[in-house]
Amino acid sequence: MNVSVASSPHFSNMKQGTRQMMVDVILALIPTIAVSVWIFGWYSILHIGICVLTCSLTELVWKKLAGMPASVSDASGPLTGVILALSLPWSAPIYVSVLGSIFAIAIGKMIFGGLGMNLFNPAMVGRAFVMLSFAGALGASAYVYDGAPADALTQATPLTVARDVATAQEFPGLWPLLIGKTNGSLGETSSLAILLGGIFLCVRRTAAWQIPTGVVLGAVIPAAFFELLGFTAITAFDHLFAGSLLFGAFFIATDPVSSPITPKGKWIFGVGIGILIMILRTFSSYPEGVMFAVLLMNSVVPLLNRWTIPTPVGGSFPEKPNA
Amino acid sequence: MQLKNLPRFTFKKGIHPPECKSFSEHQAIEVLPTPDIVRIPLLQHIGAPSKVSIKPRAEVAVGDKIADSGGFISAPVHASVSGKTAREGVITLPNGRRVTTVPIKASEEQPLEGDTLKEAFLGGDWSINLDEIDPTSLSTACSEAGIVGMGGAAFPTHVKLMRNEERPVTDLLINGCECEPFLTADHRLMLESPASILAGAKLAAHATGAENITICIEENKMDAVQALADAIGDENIQIKVMLSKYPQGGEKSLVMAALGKAVPTGGLPLDVGVVVMNVGTASSLARMVLRQMPLTHRIVTVTGAGIENPKNLIVPIGTPFQTVIDYCGGIKDNVSRIIAGGPMMGFSVTDLEIPVTKGTSGITVLTHDDIKQANTTACVRCGMCVDTCPLDLVPTKLALAARHKSIDTLKQYSVDACMECGCCAYQCPANIPLVQLIRTGKILKKMSNN
Ligand code: SF4
Ligand code: SF4
Repeated sequence: MNVSVASSPHFSNMKQGTRQMMVDVILALIPTIAVSVWIFGWYSILHIGICVLTCSLTELVWKKLAGMPASVSDASGPLTGVILALSLPWSAPIYVSVLGSIFAIAIGKMIFGGLGMNLFNPAMVGRAFVMLSFAGALGASAYVYDGAPADALTQATPLTVARDVATAQEFPGLWPLLIGKTNGSLGETSSLAILLGGIFLCVRRTAAWQIPTGVVLGAVIPAAFFELLGFTAITAFDHLFAGSLLFGAFFIATDPVSSPITPKGKWIFGVGIGILIMILRTFSSYPEGVMFAVLLMNSVVPLLNRWTIPTPVGGSFPEKPNA
Repeated sequence: MQLKNLPRFTFKKGIHPPECKSFSEHQAIEVLPTPDIVRIPLLQHIGAPSKVSIKPRAEVAVGDKIADSGGFISAPVHASVSGKTAREGVITLPNGRRVTTVPIKASEEQPLEGDTLKEAFLGGDWSINLDEIDPTSLSTACSEAGIVGMGGAAFPTHVKLMRNEERPVTDLLINGCECEPFLTADHRLMLESPASILAGAKLAAHATGAENITICIEENKMDAVQALADAIGDENIQIKVMLSKYPQGGEKSLVMAALGKAVPTGGLPLDVGVVVMNVGTASSLARMVLRQMPLTHRIVTVTGAGIENPKNLIVPIGTPFQTVIDYCGGIKDNVSRIIAGGPMMGFSVTDLEIPVTKGTSGITVLTHDDIKQANTTACVRCGMCVDTCPLDLVPTKLALAARHKSIDTLKQYSVDACMECGCCAYQCPANIPLVQLIRTGKILKKMSNN
């Protein structure tokens, strides 16, 4: 008889695992990837392929050099690659994908000690790096391309046209925004595909529902005010469905590692991102604000965790003065 | 009574582990044939060890006291078979405590075994006349009979039954939730001897002065709800059906679910005027008063995919696990872990010579398929442990603080409030041994206080 000894509980949820969580996210991204391939064709496949490959390789090499068990089996590295690729413009040069991926994994994750230790969302770290380093290649003009294979690609992104009252009437209607027949980063165009996958994640509890709900509320309410005050040319509703707001809410902000652990903290984190997105969209020189909003809120996560320690049911433990 | 439409009660958070009750829930309670030898531990309860009160090589009859209570929170111990005592030994209990045991070699003649025992234990008439019973005598009698909580923690029952004018008891909750996966001892008892539970409940209410008696049963045991409802008839005892959720039967969760009251952290249900008593304990109380039987036997569920013939057995306290398992056809080859208790809060054992104690609600034999073979990864800070902890703790922080030996953080996050229910570790996708780390944390904190 060969029995093992362990501390209770002796049961654990078989369906739940770190790897399973990451696989869930990749599954949830399938509709979005499908739309991306439909709109952007092989550019989409190319970027996703390169990013996944580079991210995995970077992680392997780093682990090898650092003497950690070399494997990417928790699937978090490849996932970073997918998210990064989906947040790039279709015309991004290949070196941008490669460098962005290396930076995302090396500086965004491994330097902190690997999975679970990083403060910032690795994909956003990688994207911020390439956006700032190669601003020319990734500006608003990177999205527009007159001789593009599909109609949608010949237009500016919805949020770019919305910045100017003169061009705001070119803003696409609700239907193109829902199905994704518009220009934008590879994974942000179809709100419907994102909602489909995002809701799946929340139902599976892989993503904390408080975060996307918080982002949406945090963005829509100020957007409505800005609309009333005339700060923005499009409606709050348009803001919700245009750009990467929903993609960010469901797939970027919900990265467990770089978001708070307490329910209250998750709410504050989500709402904070939403508000920051609207402030950046309205008052900064960027038409989009998701990336910086997420990175900014990432930086206060340790504080949020400390501020939102729940009181145990029945109150805090009474400390005996003489014990 | 329309049972289907009864409201369901529950508490916040918690988990839904697979119930796995089907192995033994339809096995009627049987009596284990008297074992050749029993080794009765002198510490089977929470509190101080009992003190041996007989000489070695003494002839004892079943029910004779062999050890006295060792303090206020303690309980005496009785012979569970008739026979001759031997020299005291020492054994390590599943929870890791080393305790003295008194072995008794069973003699040929056993006054209480087989059908006689079963009839005395479960059957017969359980009507009582409370007017003839002095409520204050019950606590003392309980203490004399060595009755402790049968749900697992084995808290001495006489402490709960003591009348305290400063803290009056309003509610008595009879706990028939049995939320641990696999275990069915309470379920079978409710089906086969509902009247003994009711008698015990009335006695407990009589002793504590509780005005309301509520029997709490999870909705996965509607047949037990029916059995008790039939036994109650028109008496003034309520039944509340609870959602099947773990840890519904934990005292704190139960008080919250049934009465909406939070037991203060570090306190007892008594602090909010509630006494919680397991159905098995209530039944023992009735047996003490109506059958003059001290606590000498208990019902043990022997179950799991790794056992040949799962059963619910009436077992003399002190019977070696091996004897019980052999009677159930033995263990299969693919066994992976043997647990005293259920899989959520039980202790794994390797030595099958350890004895059944008053708190052994079951012996669960798990196979390789039951145990998740996954590596521990780093905490991904998903917060699932926070989302399942019924007490609103932050398990991941507690575990981290225990790893880093950070006493201040352990205090800040109320490490002592944890009831070790295991919800957090069950749910953790990274497979982190959260409960084990939290236990370490509690010990670290205690040591730092000295
Ligand atoms: S459930 Fe596990 S992985 Fe998730 S936060 Fe808690 S300890 Fe970390
Ligand atoms: S921290 Fe303690 S009380 Fe909370 S779920 Fe974990 S074991 Fe249960």
